[in-house]
Amino acid sequence: MNLDFSQIVPYIPFMLEGIWVTLKFVSVCIIAGFILGTLLALCKITNNPFFKWFANAYTSIFRGTPLILQLMIIYFAVPQLTGYDISPFLSAVLAFGLNSAAYVSEIIRAGILAVDKGQTEAAQALGVPYKLMMRNIILPQALKNILPALMNEFITLTKESAIVSVIGYLDLMRRAQIVGADTFHNFEPLLFAGVIYWVMVYVLTSAGKVVERRMRLSD
Amino acid sequence: MIKVKNLIKNFDKNIVLKNIQTTFRQGEVVAIIGPSGSGKSTLLRCLNLLEQPTSGTILVNDEEITASESDKMEIRKNIGMVFQHFHLFPHMTVLENVTYAPQKVKKVKKAEAESIAKQLIEKVGLSDKMDAYPNRLSGGQKQRVAIARALAMDPAVMLFDEPTSALDPEMVKEVLDVMKDLAQTGMTMIVVTHEMNFAKEVADRILFLDEGKLIEEGEPALFFNNPGTERAKQFLDKIL
Ligand SMILES: Nc1ncnc2c1ncn2[C@@H]1O[C@H](COP(=O)(O)OP(=O)(O)OP(=O)(O)O)[C@@H](O)[C@H]1O
Ligand SMILES: [Mg+2]
Repeated sequence: MNLDFSQIVPYIPFMLEGIWVTLKFVSVCIIAGFILGTLLALCKITNNPFFKWFANAYTSIFRGTPLILQLMIIYFAVPQLTGYDISPFLSAVLAFGLNSAAYVSEIIRAGILAVDKGQTEAAQALGVPYKLMMRNIILPQALKNILPALMNEFITLTKESAIVSVIGYLDLMRRAQIVGADTFHNFEPLLFAGVIYWVMVYVLTSAGKVVERRMRLSD
Repeated sequence: MIKVKNLIKNFDKNIVLKNIQTTFRQGEVVAIIGPSGSGKSTLLRCLNLLEQPTSGTILVNDEEITASESDKMEIRKNIGMVFQHFHLFPHMTVLENVTYAPQKVKKVKKAEAESIAKQLIEKVGLSDKMDAYPNRLSGGQKQRVAIARALAMDPAVMLFDEPTSALDPEMVKEVLDVMKDLAQTGMTMIVVTHEMNFAKEVADRILFLDEGKLIEEGEPALFFNNPGTERAKQFLDKIL
């Protein structure tokens, strides 16, 4: 075994750029998935049968099929069906955002249901309208409880984001593969990419712990 | 001010309130007593529509209250409720708990809401806990904050559902004292309670519920010394 990292040195800027590409796309997905997931969770707990049905069907489909299949359907099938030439970035954001929303909605739903029913009653007894009650009273408590589970979902999303390399999106993973092919050295660029993924997840985990600690202030 | 007519409440096939008729007058303190499961909480919760009556009417100041969402909100602004288990908002400080609803529901300005809240918190004897989170408070302190929170909406009526049942014995008095003070200010109060001494001392009228029926209603002196029904006699023998 002889590792030769000098071979990839010229490619380092190219690979580092992949960090931003990955970060940009992952953060958009996290935000989109979180907002959509919250809305879906609210649909799941209403009494409206249509919203309920829609949110459950949505979750079932996105959790019941492989992410890579969803990604490929969006990237390859959308142009075929509509003639719209969808960019790799948009496809990736759609696939990951929509997919993440399904998981996030389940986490948030469980979090809302775990909030003491007395909180709803206390808010109702004070005449607080539903929307405000959700926003100011129920969701903050639910989020606090589910923060670890949400962090887990975001970490999974960060790592799984490497899948977008299959549609040619120039993320960190894809760049590592390109460098591998150019230099005929695969191990070094992959190892380099691996370290970067690990650092990203480490930062995310630490950030999660800080937020968690701040939220525990009222415990 | 609150008239209850032919109130019936079912949970599925279980009839919990059977044709309740009564009137709560302005400034009156009414104690609702009765065995466990007799429907005391359900009656109280129908008054602010936390439970939807199956049939019958409830009139507040001669206006019938209905199940429409806007009506519910209006009614609840005017009726404060205190729960057995307090239900303070755990992620808000004492001051925030008390200012939240006036600000968000009644659109009172922050400064004004805070000055009202501070007076109320002082009145329940917790000025030094203004910025504490509920988990730092004892049960009795929590319940006093819950009373202040309900009063901050300036309600015309206060409902209490066993406000001292979840408290350690040594904390019962501090909560009852706050309630006595409140009664003295002329607040209309409807109190579900197992504290017979409080009912005797403070209430103007006793409602005795058994198996969903309002079987006796009267002045405390009369009720406690000479109950008119066998069921009330048995109940009082058991708990006194
Ligand atoms: N949400 C509900 N769903 C179904 N049944 C209910 C519900 N709430 C109350 N009940 C039933 O209604 C009956 C009366 O309950 P309620 O809580 O009003 O009694 P209570 O007099 O307050 O009793 P306690 O002194 O134990 O608090 C009980 O048999 C109870 O099981
Ligand atoms: Mg009860």
